[in-house]
Amino acid sequence: MPPSEPIVVASGLRKSYGTSRRPVTVLDGIDLILHRGEVLALLGPNGAGKTTTVRILSTLLRPDAGTATIAGHDVLTAPRRVREVISLTGQYAAVDEKLTGRENLALMARLAHLPRPAARARVDDLLEAFDLTDAADRRLTTYSGGMRRRLDLAAGLLRRPQVLFLDEPTTGLDPRSRQGMWEVINEVVAQGTSLFLTTQYLEEADQLAHRVAVIDDGRVVAEGTPTELKRRVGEAGVELTFGSAALAAAAAAALAENAAVQEDRLVRMPTDGSVAHVKSLLARIEAAGAEPEHWEVRAPSLDDVFLTLTGRVARAAEKEVAA
Amino acid sequence: MTTATANPTASTRAQRIQHAGSDVLAMTGRAVRLVIRDPDSMLISLVLPITIMVMFVYVLGGAIDVGMDYATYATPGVILLCAGYGASNTAIAVAEDMIGGAMDRFRSMPILGPAVLAGHVIASVAKNLVTTALVLVVATLLGFEPDASLLEWLGAIGVIALYILAITCIATYVGVIVRTPAAAGGFGFFMLFLPYISSAFAPPETMPAWLRGVAEHQPVTPIIETIRGLLVGLGSDAAPATDLGSTALLAIAWCAALMVVFLTAASRAFSRRRG
Repeated sequence: MPPSEPIVVASGLRKSYGTSRRPVTVLDGIDLILHRGEVLALLGPNGAGKTTTVRILSTLLRPDAGTATIAGHDVLTAPRRVREVISLTGQYAAVDEKLTGRENLALMARLAHLPRPAARARVDDLLEAFDLTDAADRRLTTYSGGMRRRLDLAAGLLRRPQVLFLDEPTTGLDPRSRQGMWEVINEVVAQGTSLFLTTQYLEEADQLAHRVAVIDDGRVVAEGTPTELKRRVGEAGVELTFGSAALAAAAAAALAENAAVQEDRLVRMPTDGSVAHVKSLLARIEAAGAEPEHWEVRAPSLDDVFLTLTGRVARAAEKEVAA
Repeated sequence: MTTATANPTASTRAQRIQHAGSDVLAMTGRAVRLVIRDPDSMLISLVLPITIMVMFVYVLGGAIDVGMDYATYATPGVILLCAGYGASNTAIAVAEDMIGGAMDRFRSMPILGPAVLAGHVIASVAKNLVTTALVLVVATLLGFEPDASLLEWLGAIGVIALYILAITCIATYVGVIVRTPAAAGGFGFFMLFLPYISSAFAPPETMPAWLRGVAEHQPVTPIIETIRGLLVGLGSDAAPATDLGSTALLAIAWCAALMVVFLTAASRAFSRRRG
């Protein structure tokens, strides 16, 4: 990924909701740059300000302060120019349930002002590329969650945008559908579209993004390639499996100040991988009366990055997905 | 970079107008499909006119003496009643669109902003004209005896269309400003209620003075009188409009005023309601 010309430039974006007496700050000075052809993932838990950032950049919301340009056009003073080069696929499906897949795409083609023969060909191509040809003439009520997301993404591509905004493209999808979405997103990027992505899945940022900006409480708390971010956390992590969730919780409590993450029967935490360090960790767990069934040392993940940067467990936020 | 080379799609004014027209057409196609593919509301739109017509003619008609056949007297009112119900569904459809993900997508595209609203308005007018035709068929079967020339028919249909357009504009405004589709549903109650306090189903002079004042000065009365005057003719005790020309002008003025006011309000509220 050679660095190139910036296509999205945001600086000092601020946004508060609520009354002037009791404002709730959602964005507290966001600076971001997306280069042409690049994929930037805005990574953070729910309520961190990801969607608000995307809404400002896609001309749907005015910031209280700060500026942003897309392909040189100011989102505040030239929203129409901005809309000509972007495409937004938001968190909530923008496709119509009562229409068929083909009808949804045909509507977007008409709104893109494509000439009819070109529109028909483009719709067929997108249906093919997104593996929806067989379901093209069925109404969306018969579609699976993954098919709807793929169609929603395709519907945003009729106009061949320069910058694509995807707000949590795989939230709520099962692992297989998520894999399918990643494949089609990677294909879109391979054709030269610049992608601004938000996600609360660390694995997703790792899979799709050239650069990751970690956002927490309306601020960018870290930025870099996935590899750079992992390096900040340390060389490795240790993963301990316990016989029960209760034992795992006891172990995590014993290791709390060393930033342990507990998920069901699993406890993970950063380590330098040295025998002495792992030994001392095991000793503390044993002292707490929790004997692990199994343990292994593995490369650090972006989960560890988030924990180290924000002091909080990113996965906890995933429980609020439905909100 | 210059905007002209970056945006070949928006270069001329003429092209923009053409695009706006095509946006409205595309959105109309969408809205018509959404209406047709909502089986519940389609069924109610078909059953409601028949039920109301039967109720007025057989249940109430025998007890109300208006100086002419009651089916003939009540038909214009039933037309407006059903159109009111149909228009109120537009409020719900618009409200659903306002909270759905589609609105974000549309707003982030270089299309005419209120085109999506225009689509709903046009689809609603088309749908309610079909309902009107259905009411007329049922009414004729139940004894409605119009006495109108082709020109009078065209005039009556024109006034009905204008009324439908006006209340659809109100419904669209309601759909834009409410927070939930359920709240938009409340508008349907209001629209079903309005024709009762007019000369639609009973002559206002039979009402108490205060109500009569309301009935004689609300927009539905001159609209009803115009439609009745055109389709049934003047001169009956029940249709006391003395001068059809001025009544018709008043009806048209009401519709035009409501249309302008609420269309403007709807498109303002639409652009303001962001985030």
